[in-house]
Amino acid sequence: MNKAKDSLLMFAALFLFWLLLNASLANDVLMVGAVAAAVITFLFRNGLGFFSELRLNPRALLTTVLYFFFFIKELVKANLNLASVVLAPSLPLNPGIVKVRTRLKSRMGRLMLANSITLTPGTLTVEMLGEWLYIHWVTVDSADIDEATAAIVSGFEDYLEVMYG
Amino acid sequence: MTELLAPLGGLLLIAGSAFLLLGGLGLRRMPDVFNRIQAGTKATTLGTLLTLAGAACLQPDWALKLALIGLFVLFTNPISSQVLARAAHRSGSEKSPLTAVDRLEDDFGGRS
Repeated sequence: MNKAKDSLLMFAALFLFWLLLNASLANDVLMVGAVAAAVITFLFRNGLGFFSELRLNPRALLTTVLYFFFFIKELVKANLNLASVVLAPSLPLNPGIVKVRTRLKSRMGRLMLANSITLTPGTLTVEMLGEWLYIHWVTVDSADIDEATAAIVSGFEDYLEVMYG
Repeated sequence: MTELLAPLGGLLLIAGSAFLLLGGLGLRRMPDVFNRIQAGTKATTLGTLLTLAGAACLQPDWALKLALIGLFVLFTNPISSQVLARAAHRSGSEKSPLTAVDRLEDDFGGRS
């Protein structure tokens, strides 16, 4: 029955998005929005939405908020870090692709993890196969799987594990 | 309150533009496609978010829509970067000679 719940949440989120964009409650706006949201929900019924697999308990919701702030902090850090690399005359790079492992099980949790890694200091998710992620790293500190996992993945994983599992 | 919003908006716009400029500089200076994607993704995300926040301060009526655009950028930007990087790796795009290690190549010989 989870799928029906997911579809309903997706429809609600899309419809809300449409209403916010239009800032109008006129009948024709409501109708077009409902039809568009229904069609998209139907087309992507097997896909992922932000809410699919999100745990709806107080601890998960609180963690989602904390995660947002942690993410913003990491994003700013990523940019300052990148700025220092780009502006340095010597261009101090030590790039490479390392392999890391995630203990997250849910699809959405893994997606959020990959996205978060891409937006944070010097790391870019290149490929994802099951529990293995291949990360391009501008300054490779360690090519060892466990050490790279601790450096890149663990910070986000602690939050996402509570949110999605 | 409103008289403070305009200068704050201006500052945010300048900061956003600075990060976008750094992103452009990164695209120019980085040695290979992967490093360029890195520079392009991070700087444009924060630069765009700051620019949107600045615009929201100058036009408070638009704040909600601008926040939605920001959310959209946050979700789509990393995905497109990841797909570009994967495509580049699969098609055997040349890597900088500085590249220290490539586990993906080790595991799949460039064909994942």
